[in-house]
Amino acid sequence: MGEAIAFYTLAAFILGFAVLVIATKDTVHSVLFLVLDFLFVAALYVLLEAPFLAVIQVLVYAGGIVVLYLFVVMLVNLKRPPEAHQDPRRRTWLGFGLSAAILAELAAIALYSSAGAAPAGPAAALPVAGNTEQVGWLLYTRYLIPFEIASMLLLVAMIGAIVLAKREL
Amino acid sequence: MPAGLAISDFYYILPELVITGGALLLLVADVLLPVARAAAAAGAGADGLTERHRRRTQILSWITLGVIGATVLSLAPFADTHVEVAGGLIAVDRFALFFKVVFLAAAALTVLMSTRYLEIEGASPGEYYFLVLCATLGMMVMAGGIDLVTIFIGLETMAVSFYILAGFIKPSQRSNEAAVTYFLLGAFSLGILLYGMSLMYGLSGTTSLRTMAVAFAGQPRDPRLVLAVILVVAGIGFKIGAVPFHMWAPDVYEGAPTPITAYLSVGSKAASFAMLLRIFLEGLPATSADWRLLFEVLSIVTMTVGNVAALTQTNLKRMLAYSSIAHAGYVLMGVVAGTPRGVSAMLIYLLIYAFMQLGAFAVIVMMRRRDVVGDELKDYSGLSARNPLAAFAMLLFMLSLGGIPPTAGFMGKFWLFGAAIDAGYVWLAVIGVLNSAISLYYYVRVVVFMYLKTEAIGSEPAFSAPLGVVVGVTLAATIVLGVYPRLLFEAAEASARTLGVAGTAIALK
Repeated sequence: MGEAIAFYTLAAFILGFAVLVIATKDTVHSVLFLVLDFLFVAALYVLLEAPFLAVIQVLVYAGGIVVLYLFVVMLVNLKRPPEAHQDPRRRTWLGFGLSAAILAELAAIALYSSAGAAPAGPAAALPVAGNTEQVGWLLYTRYLIPFEIASMLLLVAMIGAIVLAKREL
Repeated sequence: MPAGLAISDFYYILPELVITGGALLLLVADVLLPVARAAAAAGAGADGLTERHRRRTQILSWITLGVIGATVLSLAPFADTHVEVAGGLIAVDRFALFFKVVFLAAAALTVLMSTRYLEIEGASPGEYYFLVLCATLGMMVMAGGIDLVTIFIGLETMAVSFYILAGFIKPSQRSNEAAVTYFLLGAFSLGILLYGMSLMYGLSGTTSLRTMAVAFAGQPRDPRLVLAVILVVAGIGFKIGAVPFHMWAPDVYEGAPTPITAYLSVGSKAASFAMLLRIFLEGLPATSADWRLLFEVLSIVTMTVGNVAALTQTNLKRMLAYSSIAHAGYVLMGVVAGTPRGVSAMLIYLLIYAFMQLGAFAVIVMMRRRDVVGDELKDYSGLSARNPLAAFAMLLFMLSLGGIPPTAGFMGKFWLFGAAIDAGYVWLAVIGVLNSAISLYYYVRVVVFMYLKTEAIGSEPAFSAPLGVVVGVTLAATIVLGVYPRLLFEAAEASARTLGVAGTAIALK
């Protein structure tokens, strides 16, 4: 019960901040709301007993990626006022209508679906204790091959960044 | 050996290892080749430098072809294996093998097509070929993946390579625009796909598709699973260019370097279909009623919109983009049928489509001169008088894409429509035939321009040996597979049968 309350509170905060991210006019504010959002997602990971993921979430997303965002925002300096549409009213109503439709759809699904919990995955007996150790163990044993392919993916991204950014190769 | 993996696992992923090693080797060779790179790539006006850039491009394309050849050879020991390796993450079976052969053949033809194109554009060949090989690696992983984790990593590797390749011609605004469009929409669609996959994982408690099929079997219909199916269909629909997720295709196809457009429309599409078959036939056979209906609607809309939109195009690359959307619609019929015959028809069609599409693009590359892009329809005006051979090749590719006997395109369509009728979707096949009739209008229009218009305003097509090989091979395949398709049919049927846990595909019917 307590867990459910914690989950729904966190979820409400996450959604609230996500709305604020796209609702504020100031880009810097929006990035800062994004940080808060990421922090609450990290709290959600803690709730799921995945402290390692939570720490990574804070370090990589709330730390690294948001700093990059801020750099871009400050370099580009978006001072342009938001474009005025011919008929903003109508668009707003259309947006509200569509959102309400999707919300109703999701609510229907939530109501309709049985409240039964998802079947728990086969709890693999791992030879190591501790969350971080377990993640590391899985990455380097069972998921070694996808992990290595991911390293190729990063190499591709790196080379792509160089190819696209450098003036002459 | 780390726990959970056996030494034999590394033996079974030998083709992937070979292509990865080859790609890395290519990068090293690119650095070691004794040419002043900066000056050479810029073209710099001086003939000596251009000449050296040419040599360099040729050497690197030979290395790339060597890597692809070695990968094909390394597939040989697995001609009849049917195992799950790496703890059920990757399957090595005939189904994966068939797709891998398609990808590697398409990659080799793309490399041959690229040589001259890169020389004209003055683009740096090392990174280009590296990315082509990495895209191929991603596709191979997608075709073999039977776990959501592997499939997604493969998909990302392929997609990121293509985002960069689409924007490889940096001075060209069209190319830049194509890359940005593809990247933004691609990232968005991946997000949707991932959301669907995470729901699938959440509901079944496993990422393994085969375990998932067991977990979902016999369960009452769960609306959350339906939502997951819809999201996954939307994500994959983007990758195969199905309407209404096709908006990116014309712009990207038009703007990307022509050989990349060819590879994108063949390789990426085939890999996404492989992924689609794996996810839906292996992982979600329990909800087949839901996704069959979705794909049925998608197939009809995709065929019709693709063909109707292609009617008015004046740019050949754009027209082929819409035509490739329509072809995705035809191929989806095989998924709707869901029978082994439907799946084998899809495999056959994807292979045949690869050859005719690559051939058509090879002719377009031929038209590329230093100052002319050569992809407007009017560039082909009176081509039969200027270069009868190129015009004839284009004629055959167009007829094949339209599905006229005795070309391979006819056999492919025949088999697909036959599979649909066999599975009881007669009217779907009727719509397919009607659509083929519509498509003939715009395919034949190219022929009219080439043979009946007399004013020759287009550029002279430039022939080169590698391009000649591409046109020759694709032409031969288009004719031979149309006249004598039996070998291909047998191979495809054997491959389709290995999909799924001992005949999931059959259990569907």
